[in-house]
Amino acid sequence: MKVDFDIDLHHLTRVEGHGNIHIRVKEGRLSEATWAVVETPRFFESIVKGMSAERVPFLTSRICGICSISHTLTSIRALERAMEIEPPETARMIRLLAMHGETLQSHALHLFFLAAPDFLDTPSVLPIMQSHPEIVKAGLLLKELGNEISTVTTGRCTHPVSLVLGGVSKAPSKSQLLGLKQMIADRRTALFRATDFFGTLILPDFVRETEFISLRNGTTYPSIGGDLVSTDGVVRDENSYLEMTNEYLVEFSTSKFTKLSRQSSAAGALARFNNNYDLLHPRAKSVASNFDLKPVCHNPFMNNIAQLVECHHIIEDASQLVEKLLENDMKEIRSEWNPKAGAATGAVEAPRGILYHHMETDEKGKVVKADCIIPTTQNNANIHFDLHALAEQALKEGKSEKETEKLCVTLVRAYDPCISCSVH
Amino acid sequence: MMHLGFSIAKVKVGSFDFTCCEGCQLQLANKESTLPEFLALVDIRNFREISSEKHDDYDIALVEGSITRSDEIERLKSIRERAKVLVAFGACACFGGVNSLKNRLPQEEIVQEVYDGKKIETMPSTRIGDIVTVDYHIPGCPVSKAEVERILVGMVTRSPVSLPKYPVCVECKQRLNTCLFDLGEVCLGPVTRAGCDAVCPTGKTACLGCRGPAEDINFPSFKQLVKDKQLSEEEMREKLEFYNGFREYLDHES
Repeated sequence: MKVDFDIDLHHLTRVEGHGNIHIRVKEGRLSEATWAVVETPRFFESIVKGMSAERVPFLTSRICGICSISHTLTSIRALERAMEIEPPETARMIRLLAMHGETLQSHALHLFFLAAPDFLDTPSVLPIMQSHPEIVKAGLLLKELGNEISTVTTGRCTHPVSLVLGGVSKAPSKSQLLGLKQMIADRRTALFRATDFFGTLILPDFVRETEFISLRNGTTYPSIGGDLVSTDGVVRDENSYLEMTNEYLVEFSTSKFTKLSRQSSAAGALARFNNNYDLLHPRAKSVASNFDLKPVCHNPFMNNIAQLVECHHIIEDASQLVEKLLENDMKEIRSEWNPKAGAATGAVEAPRGILYHHMETDEKGKVVKADCIIPTTQNNANIHFDLHALAEQALKEGKSEKETEKLCVTLVRAYDPCISCSVH
Repeated sequence: MMHLGFSIAKVKVGSFDFTCCEGCQLQLANKESTLPEFLALVDIRNFREISSEKHDDYDIALVEGSITRSDEIERLKSIRERAKVLVAFGACACFGGVNSLKNRLPQEEIVQEVYDGKKIETMPSTRIGDIVTVDYHIPGCPVSKAEVERILVGMVTRSPVSLPKYPVCVECKQRLNTCLFDLGEVCLGPVTRAGCDAVCPTGKTACLGCRGPAEDINFPSFKQLVKDKQLSEEEMREKLEFYNGFREYLDHES
């Protein structure tokens, strides 16, 4: 049967920011599949110019309400590298723990609040609170743990206060760390419960081969800094970020597109997993194998599962970091520094994927040039071309307009896009 | 909802975002330990970030973000028409927020710089109160969930709601912090409205004024303090401009 339909989803729900999906089918053939970002730009690259370096991380934090710790630490890394500032080891550990808190919070928010309703056919998490109260409770316990880790390490859970150039301005107290230790121990069961639940969901069977880009340092699962690598074998130094991104403009989107060796590439939990499987905690690996998730996996819907696998890794790594910090005297947490002219890139694995800030300073420590490339920007082209392939597959399988629409929105949400962040 | 044997009607709430980071809306889903009780008070009718359900009947509209494009003006006006109570939610909605930093620059220049000549519509960042009538302001970057809970409970129970009139310094002293001025930093605590529990100075970083001016502040005396402590006036200005909350004071000066 030759079908005709148009799908026009204006301001897609349950994602951060404003994006539209357009699918056009004429006489059974797909004529258009578009991922269009319509977010209002905020011009962060222009407004940081002229600002004192020490203030800049507080400003770039405001690029995103969900991954503000990542933005703060990416600017800090770029500026510390540009001005040759070495933060003390203790501060590095506190920062890493802060990243774990943010990623856990972000993954829990995405998995339970934004993604799960697609698989249970509800408009939001609210009906699931009635139908599966234990599961939502597990999600809330994990999200709260993530937020608590961020609060203990940075002063609050959104827009951190104590992450500063040179280190951290305040260290967590012993009693706060002991509280975290207990909280992590108590909440492992919530993660197991959540994992069992996700095991009961059926994810769409869809594969479009692509190139996955992430950080890799060779010794630990990536978080702050490292080499830029791809599953197609590209390896670049952190400062060569432009060679990884190759941003370009498209007519229908206020967020840019990127590419590397192919038509498009992907960043995020699945990209980190595909490039760094060997460095995961053994328990995270065993969870992955229970879901039949193996590197290199090209099913974008499995990004949800990669996030779940990462939650296991994070909880174990956070637990070890808390132990180490409990043995630390916390005396050296901030290095003195002097302003200096320089230029460098900071790359961090934000919850949604690799995030770059490039900063140039003058001799007074004012930022004279900035460039920010956001994970979702690096996923835009992949989402766009996936939508096309997915709609083609749905048509071939004789799916209805409604079924096609459902598949398309579920696909976009699987990427966990952070749209206002991508436009910045 | 039943409370002490009385039944309290839920209020219908819509949450809307304009130009912003959506961090204030995210706070609605934070403070997980009291989230079920919070949700028992409100009937969420429209909240795109977490729900696909969409209704246009709401009593309270929480509006996050500033206005930077013409289509946002129309959308804001239609929300104002539908809502009984409109709340400016967070520093961007209340003051224009960090987005206002671009107002200092020629708009064509920044479009050229970021979008390399592509035609992108943008206009100077405007607080929502310059476009529609705002009934309540909940400032902050981000808003404090504890304050949001307190204000919404007040609205539901028809009790008077207000913000602290005194400055952040009061809360900072209650937390027994060392004054940042004594550590050689310009802090906006003396002029900024409290209600955040002095979260930044408690983390040993200066207040940047995300809650805007406290009531009856002595601005000349604040400037004198910066001078007396021999701290940088440039640093003071950079901090006062950060969220655009002190625009009236800075405009008055120049």
